[in-house]
Amino acid sequence: MKILVPVKRVPDPATTIRILPDGSGIATDNIKWVINPFDEIALEEALRIKEKQGGGDVALLSVGQQAWQEQLRTGLAMGADRAILVRADQPLDTLAIARVMAKIVGDEKPELVIIGKQAIDDDSNQVGQMLAEMLGWPQATFASKVEIAGTKCTVVREVDGGVETLAFELPAVITADLRLNEPRYASLPGIMKARKKELKEIPVDSLGLDLAPKLKIKALAAPAKRQAGRKVGSVEELVGVLHSEAKVI
Amino acid sequence: MGDVLVFAEHQAGHFSKATLVAVNAGIELAKKRGGGKCIAVIAGENLDGPAGELARYGMSKVIALDDPKLAHYLADLYAQALSALAKSLGAEYVLATATAMGKDLMPRVAARMGAPMASEIVSIGGDGTLVRPLYAGNALATVEMDGPIKVVSVRATAFDSAKPGDSAAPVEKAKPELDPAGLKMQFVSFNEIKSDRPQLTEARIVVSGGRGLKSGENFKTVLEPLVDEMGAAMGASRAAVDAGFVPNDLQVGQTGKVVAPELYVAVGISGAIQHLAGMKDSKTIVAINKDEEAPIFNVADYGLVADLFKAVPEMVEALKKVKHS
Repeated sequence: MKILVPVKRVPDPATTIRILPDGSGIATDNIKWVINPFDEIALEEALRIKEKQGGGDVALLSVGQQAWQEQLRTGLAMGADRAILVRADQPLDTLAIARVMAKIVGDEKPELVIIGKQAIDDDSNQVGQMLAEMLGWPQATFASKVEIAGTKCTVVREVDGGVETLAFELPAVITADLRLNEPRYASLPGIMKARKKELKEIPVDSLGLDLAPKLKIKALAAPAKRQAGRKVGSVEELVGVLHSEAKVI
Repeated sequence: MGDVLVFAEHQAGHFSKATLVAVNAGIELAKKRGGGKCIAVIAGENLDGPAGELARYGMSKVIALDDPKLAHYLADLYAQALSALAKSLGAEYVLATATAMGKDLMPRVAARMGAPMASEIVSIGGDGTLVRPLYAGNALATVEMDGPIKVVSVRATAFDSAKPGDSAAPVEKAKPELDPAGLKMQFVSFNEIKSDRPQLTEARIVVSGGRGLKSGENFKTVLEPLVDEMGAAMGASRAAVDAGFVPNDLQVGQTGKVVAPELYVAVGISGAIQHLAGMKDSKTIVAINKDEEAPIFNVADYGLVADLFKAVPEMVEALKKVKHS
């Protein structure tokens, strides 16, 4: 089966985010960049499906700058077969990103797209759903279990208050939640092999799409910093202040 | 211009606090966008009762998309019905709370209409500009959207819920526009996770445990009595989840759940950035940790440097006394 896994380059979740003084963005010096953790889970799931089926094609897709090659190489080292980087140096909003992905899906014709439920930088949680709508495909967001039998797919999803099971025919878009799996690490032979795998670049302008952003970030600000409170000396005192001062119990 | 269409999610005719938050935010946005109307839409089957109930919450009108085909929520089906309605009304905004359903549905609605979407807004500026968190709340972005129609989801913890009034808005029934060729998803089942405890994202009090608990067994025997004594939801740090003490769905943090309860009690949690991102908007934060240098104390309103295995059972007893006094 052909599976497409879109991946995004994001700051490592353990990075302290610092906002530039003029509010135009975040300071990117000294940031360690990684594959978005949810996209890593999506990739792991694609690899497991391929392994279970005893073959197939897992392609990575990024829409971004030259430097994103690094994360694509990491994904190839984890086991993806090839990678596509749609080179775009301008800022794109989620709608534009989904449009680019829909175009690539049209060319590549995968039977399944698995993507992280959200990127941990802009936290939008939109692209998978938008892509599904643009393609006219079923979607299963926040997946915690995926089962495929022929062209039939059953997904268990994490929803408020429980889990929901959906069924549909492929092709489809699935978005990965935390519980879906635990991603593997790239092995040393994997890293060696990744160097020789195909990484195709496509200039975004060659796709002929309307990519003018409809959502613009006007300014970034740091949230109000929380003041450290005070230490209390005993459990008695703690319960006392929670009752009479904070009035929360 | 300026009309806001609010998608009012319901569970078998009942409205959660989260839905009433969307109604309130929709009324505020309509007001700030030049005095447009706030119209609520409810979808499903046999909606007379729920639509009437919803109409008491201060919007201009309630539209009920009443159709047996809408009995079960499905993203492709609902996206069709909601975007067709928004277009026919000429609404400027379509808005919902960022619940699991809202998160699933609204981007699909946006894509169907070619509209931009702002996710999980936390405030609305005087001119109707929207503020949303990025980097798990470590940055706040003021965003501007272009186009005749825009989609917004609202963070449930960032706004108050709408309050019921004495009068009720008119309720209108409408037939949803559905194209059967576009319906490809099938609902199989919903398994409710039954718990006597409140949901993590809706709870007034959250008690979370970290690696300091040392084992899953200790979560049960040491932490859970405190959770239940406080009527709280139970959470955990990523470290505790990764160590296998508790399942992932309890994880509070950047890659888990973001919570903002009135009281957050962090027990044996050091306070990694990852975790702080998921709980630092809580109203009151309590930290119990034996390491007085733990970063959690930098965000805690009340910190207790103590051995949790001693302090937590003591706290359960002390709370019992407060309750009986």
